[in-house]
Amino acid sequence: MPPTLRLTPLIGSLTYLLVGYLSHDSQAQDPIAFNRDIRPILSEHCFQCHGPDAQQRQGELRLDQYQDAILAGQSGKTAIVPNQSKQSEVYTRILSTDPDVIMPPPHIGKPLNQNQIELLNRWIDQGAKYEGHWAFIPPVRPQVPLADQAIHYPNPIDRFLLEKLKSQGFEFSTKASKETLLRRVTLDLIGLPPSLDEIDAFVADTSENAYEKVVDRLLASPHYGERMAIAWLDLARYADSNGFQVDSSRQQWPWRDWVIDAFNQNMPYDQFTIEQIAGDMLPDASLSQKVASGFNRNHRLNGEGGIIAEEWRVETVIDRVETTGMTWLALTLNCCRCHDHKYDPISQKEFYSLFAYFNNVTESGTLQGESRNTEPVISVPTAEHLQQQRDLEGQIKKAQQDFQLAQADIAKYMDPWETEFKKTIATSKPTWNTLDPTTVKARSAASFAKQPDGSFLASGENPNHDVYEIQSKIAAGPLTGILLECFPDPSLPQQSLGRYPNGNFVLTRLEALVQPPQGSAQIQAKISAAQADYSQKDWDISNTVQGNSGRGWAVDGPTRKEICRAMFLLEQPIDVPENSTITIRLVQETLGQHNIGRFRLATTSLAKGAVAIAGVQIPDSIRNTLALDPSQRSQMQTKELQEYYLKVADGPIQQAARSVETAKKQISDAKASWPTVMVMQEMPKPREAFVLLRGEYDKRGQQVQAGLPKALPALQPELPNNRLGLARWIASRDNPLTARVWVNRMWEKFMGNGLVKTTENFGSQADWPSHPQLLDWLAIEWTEPTVLKQAAGKSLHPWDIKGLQKLIVMSQAYQQSTSLVGKEKLLEADPENRWLGRGPRFRLSGEVLRDQALESSGLLTKKIGGPSVKPYMPEGVWDETSVYGDLRNYKHDTDDRLYRRSLYTVWKRTAAPPTMLLFDAPNREICIVKRSRTNTPLQALSLLNEVTYVEAAKMLGQRMMLSPLQTTKEKLKFGFRLVTGRTPTDEELQVLEESWQEDHQYYQEHRDKAEQLLAVGQSKAQAQSPAELAAFTLAGNVLLNLDEVITRE
Amino acid sequence: MHMNRQAFLKSSAGSLWLSAMMSLNRSDASFDEATKHQRSGGIHHQAKAKRIIYLFQSGAPSQMDLFDPKPALENRRGEDLPDSIRQGQRLTTMTSGQSKFPVAPSMFKFQQHGKSGMWFSELMPHMATLADDWCQIRSMHTEAINHDPAITFCQTGSQLAGRPSIGSWISYGLGSQNKDLPAYVVLTSFGTGRPDDQPLYDRLWGAGFLPSQHQGVKFRNKGDAVLYLSNPAGVDAQRRRKTLDRLDKLNRKHFEDLADPEIQTRISQYEMAFRMQSSVPDLLNVADEPEHAIQKYGPDVKRPGSYAANCLLARRLAERDVRFIQLFHMGWDHHGGLPNAIKLQCRDTDQPTKALIDDLKERGLFDDTLIVWGGEFGRTVYSQGALSADNYGRDHHPRCFTTLVTGAGVQGGHVIGQTDDYCYNITQDPVHVHDLNATIMHLLGIDHTRLTYRFQGRDYRLTDIHGNLVQSMLT
Repeated sequence: MPPTLRLTPLIGSLTYLLVGYLSHDSQAQDPIAFNRDIRPILSEHCFQCHGPDAQQRQGELRLDQYQDAILAGQSGKTAIVPNQSKQSEVYTRILSTDPDVIMPPPHIGKPLNQNQIELLNRWIDQGAKYEGHWAFIPPVRPQVPLADQAIHYPNPIDRFLLEKLKSQGFEFSTKASKETLLRRVTLDLIGLPPSLDEIDAFVADTSENAYEKVVDRLLASPHYGERMAIAWLDLARYADSNGFQVDSSRQQWPWRDWVIDAFNQNMPYDQFTIEQIAGDMLPDASLSQKVASGFNRNHRLNGEGGIIAEEWRVETVIDRVETTGMTWLALTLNCCRCHDHKYDPISQKEFYSLFAYFNNVTESGTLQGESRNTEPVISVPTAEHLQQQRDLEGQIKKAQQDFQLAQADIAKYMDPWETEFKKTIATSKPTWNTLDPTTVKARSAASFAKQPDGSFLASGENPNHDVYEIQSKIAAGPLTGILLECFPDPSLPQQSLGRYPNGNFVLTRLEALVQPPQGSAQIQAKISAAQADYSQKDWDISNTVQGNSGRGWAVDGPTRKEICRAMFLLEQPIDVPENSTITIRLVQETLGQHNIGRFRLATTSLAKGAVAIAGVQIPDSIRNTLALDPSQRSQMQTKELQEYYLKVADGPIQQAARSVETAKKQISDAKASWPTVMVMQEMPKPREAFVLLRGEYDKRGQQVQAGLPKALPALQPELPNNRLGLARWIASRDNPLTARVWVNRMWEKFMGNGLVKTTENFGSQADWPSHPQLLDWLAIEWTEPTVLKQAAGKSLHPWDIKGLQKLIVMSQAYQQSTSLVGKEKLLEADPENRWLGRGPRFRLSGEVLRDQALESSGLLTKKIGGPSVKPYMPEGVWDETSVYGDLRNYKHDTDDRLYRRSLYTVWKRTAAPPTMLLFDAPNREICIVKRSRTNTPLQALSLLNEVTYVEAAKMLGQRMMLSPLQTTKEKLKFGFRLVTGRTPTDEELQVLEESWQEDHQYYQEHRDKAEQLLAVGQSKAQAQSPAELAAFTLAGNVLLNLDEVITRE
Repeated sequence: MHMNRQAFLKSSAGSLWLSAMMSLNRSDASFDEATKHQRSGGIHHQAKAKRIIYLFQSGAPSQMDLFDPKPALENRRGEDLPDSIRQGQRLTTMTSGQSKFPVAPSMFKFQQHGKSGMWFSELMPHMATLADDWCQIRSMHTEAINHDPAITFCQTGSQLAGRPSIGSWISYGLGSQNKDLPAYVVLTSFGTGRPDDQPLYDRLWGAGFLPSQHQGVKFRNKGDAVLYLSNPAGVDAQRRRKTLDRLDKLNRKHFEDLADPEIQTRISQYEMAFRMQSSVPDLLNVADEPEHAIQKYGPDVKRPGSYAANCLLARRLAERDVRFIQLFHMGWDHHGGLPNAIKLQCRDTDQPTKALIDDLKERGLFDDTLIVWGGEFGRTVYSQGALSADNYGRDHHPRCFTTLVTGAGVQGGHVIGQTDDYCYNITQDPVHVHDLNATIMHLLGIDHTRLTYRFQGRDYRLTDIHGNLVQSMLT
């Protein structure tokens, strides 16, 4: 491209700078406003060495406070002498040309320009009046300007904006077209494009409040909460994984659903705030309020081996302070972790006083294991879960009755068993017959050496996952069980049993099958139980029969190093014919390289109950009883034999007993599978808190109590000095920051930039608001409403989020056209559109882009909430850089979960969804207030080629093709309207139609290509003519990539 | 002021990766300097290095088994590490519970190489032949003791997530020299020494708070090397060209209606995407390389995603003037079974590293390419777990480790720093990670104290408020 194209905004912004200076000059005779004119200069150029940070302060001079600045300094000179710039050392020093004297010192690299020097001069001469930092001073309701124009501009927002615009010689632009406006407000409020019916209805509705009705409809939509949640998830650093090295899964979505629901319910922002910061501490906290407190458990959790728990507990507390400060107050408190703040009046000690509010959670600091939530945790059963529990309780009752009935008939079942059992004992030989294998081989290139004791020792390749296969002749007769013996060996790592460098192994499962001679069918052994003489904690032998390849049997190889035996019992004996072979497979696929080092195998023919790892084990007392005629047995002997029978044999009684157990287990399993969520939980007695020197967990300084920074209003006396009190203080009207910060964020959301451009920072380094009075008016109007309109028929309340948004989107400023045609002067004067002389226009987020494609193609699944889902992702997205944790081997869903809204996509922090990252989503490791809005070739590739977008193009194509419209032209027009919300011009339609004709011909000649294209994505297209649909698919591909579609116009 | 900026932007015309320069929060002075030094790629002073190849060895290679010989330790085999050496420094909880800390001398033989007589262990026969090119920094030290924070610290100058990576800073500061490829490319490989070793994280090449176009583009080992590079099945290059032409037509009409310059940027991004669709496959297609040129990278070179294959790609990226090329090779975390595992790791890396440097020399690229080889911390002299005649393990050790540097502006055949007899503490010329990063930036023509970005009201930089140039590393 010609490079000059990209230059335009730069030139614009340069001009902006110039205009900025000029406009300062034009105010030459205005009184200086400290916060607008002087504080930014002092903050940027002086406070680093003469500001709040006592450690960095030079010459004991402090310029951030009036009473310090006017004192005579060390040198006897006075920094600032009000009304007398010539006598002020500050002024003398900034004018100096001597590099040893001039301020700021040249090595700092922040020289003052002439305009700044002039401002300082005038400020001192006007009395050097200081003001507190504007954002820390509570707002006062300003007069709405242009009262005489209230009829034309009933919305006060417009009058504030217009005042500024007019002063610069501009007016609002004309209103956007109805189609454009509908698409804009629909994308902004629910994140989906409007349907054609909605467009037609709005265009046809000529009533005065047509637009207001649309706004109310959207604010009442259940998809509104989803749209609002997206930005809140960035702030809350919400994800489905724990982050750090292992980055295993967690389950925090019940909290995410709480957020969606809270927005949909239009929960007042003060309540929204209190419940998330301290919902757990509210009196008689409801389940929902406890779930809300999960906000401050969304931080990462480290589970790396060898970490010191306290170090990471401190990190989580600091994360909470930073996230809470950033989210509600737009303060960057993290600077104070190691030292006093350089710019803001917050000391390190005050930081740790805030720390003390979050320091009292019953938590360990480290991750409590993979794929589970870390305490404190609560269960969040749904209505279905509770119903399921009631059903299962009914089943138990029934099974218990069955059991009692069968028990009454015990003799009937025992007699035949006794006969059979006596026979087995009489005919059985030694319990375990060691196999003498004909072949022992591995799936890998590992080799096996036979040892004198009949065991086999592995060497050679040791791949991540290996399967050993052993074949041996087997004697005829019943096969009831298999014994696996594992031995330590000097040649193995750590002289232990396994081949992993630490000497351990993990057996995932054992498989066996019997091959009778002459090609009879193989008999698969079904192994129903396993016992071992030793299992490592959490790695019990029972894992091998539960079909869970994520677990298995391990034996503490690194430390124990002793022979271990495991016995695998068949559900039903196999009657082995003569001349059969047995094949046994040792499957090791749980952990990498954890393969068995040396082993021996044996089989048994003894009946269940008679067999034990160590050999035959029938108690003598039972043998004695069996030897007696039933009539000769004592009551006690009969009872003992009955108990033995119930234990070792199988029949209706045991089956009934098992049903009871199964149902009980189902209940406990079901309870275990209830969703849980990590929440806050306060300790009965707070932990002690200290200043941590250099922010290090083990360098404790002075002890501190919970408390607020002096620069901010004090805690109201009626509030408790704990986290709940802090939450109520943040959510109070007396807090100068909370309302301004949120109002500003909403302004950014709808208008493109915040009134304070640094949405993320309201400290001294914050940008001066473009419309300070408007900011304050909005903040006050929001918390003490007078003109705020009723939103969506709900009664209005203070901190009404929907009400505030309605006020903003109902403004004329919001409804303007974005066109810059003929507006060169405006663009030049206001390239960033801070004055809003035209409508705001910006690229859609990754989430909205994908949701829009799914919706316009008819693919979107509109279910709200629930566990996160797995849409298409690139092959190996989780495996390229990690073999840790349970989030591996990504497989996309294959049902309608492929097409859920993007905020439900599973989020692994160390490998977040690529299509979101490409569009500037943060990785959710820490709180992020603001996303950048870039424009890159990788975004183009993603929208052109990613399977979601190609599939959406196909289904959009199909919608066009199958529409009842007659001509191709009409069909293309329909598609164009679906994605842009407007009717194409003839010219545009001509481009589309000619392209379609060309593609159609191409695909008629290349039917194979058409079929390949239509095979992309899981949804099946219904095409009579593949060429026709392929041509519509390419049209869809173009439509979904139009700048107009990628952009919120 | 006008002219300088315009001239600067014009001269780097076509480089769309540079579009971020628009939003640089740098003083005008640095723009003036940028004009002055841009031919060398520097912005604050003349750059020695036009590009960097950073061969990151993730998991932490053992310094005393590879580069920092301590033959006298043989006499202390199995003795408990003296308290006078440990000095109460913290250990990870993997070994802090051990009752003994038995000294484990390296099993491997060391030899001096080259005119400089630099020491290398027998595990590095190929890299050792370049002894007179390497600058061996034996006195590296860092702050974190666990992998995640330590590798994050090397890459971003902070242990905690959220800061931009070194490559993103370089991309932000210097832009791209190539209009068809990203400025910062990342290649990853699993090690054979410990296939289940430490994972890597997106944040290691992330842009943090910098505009996201500066994030490293990780070439993938499966599927498309660059995400979504391939056209969908049934759409060939010609069909794609046609769809882009139509898109272009429609977008231009839209521009006529709105006159928003952002639309023109969008148009050009789609063109750049199209060019990448041929430039990336061209980069990856090694069929044009003669067999002998490939073979010298060793037997793994034909296995896609191996360190050897990535070294070959690194050379091809350097030839195409990609600014920051970073390889991450995993598998160096040898808590147990170190002797066997480290052999395999060295087999992975030794020969390909040398082949890469030889190739750079042959092509005249060595003199303006900076090459770094190193990990996130070192390993303990005492054995983790039992010590035997031929087996031991080593725990994490942030107090000292060795990093190798060579290429543009680097003093070859030179050893910096010394460690004590136990290879536990640094006794001379410590080099902090911030110092190394400052020096890397210096060689690329950047003053690390002056490349800053305003975020949340503060001017951030890669080296925070730290970092001193390692003068003795420079020619």
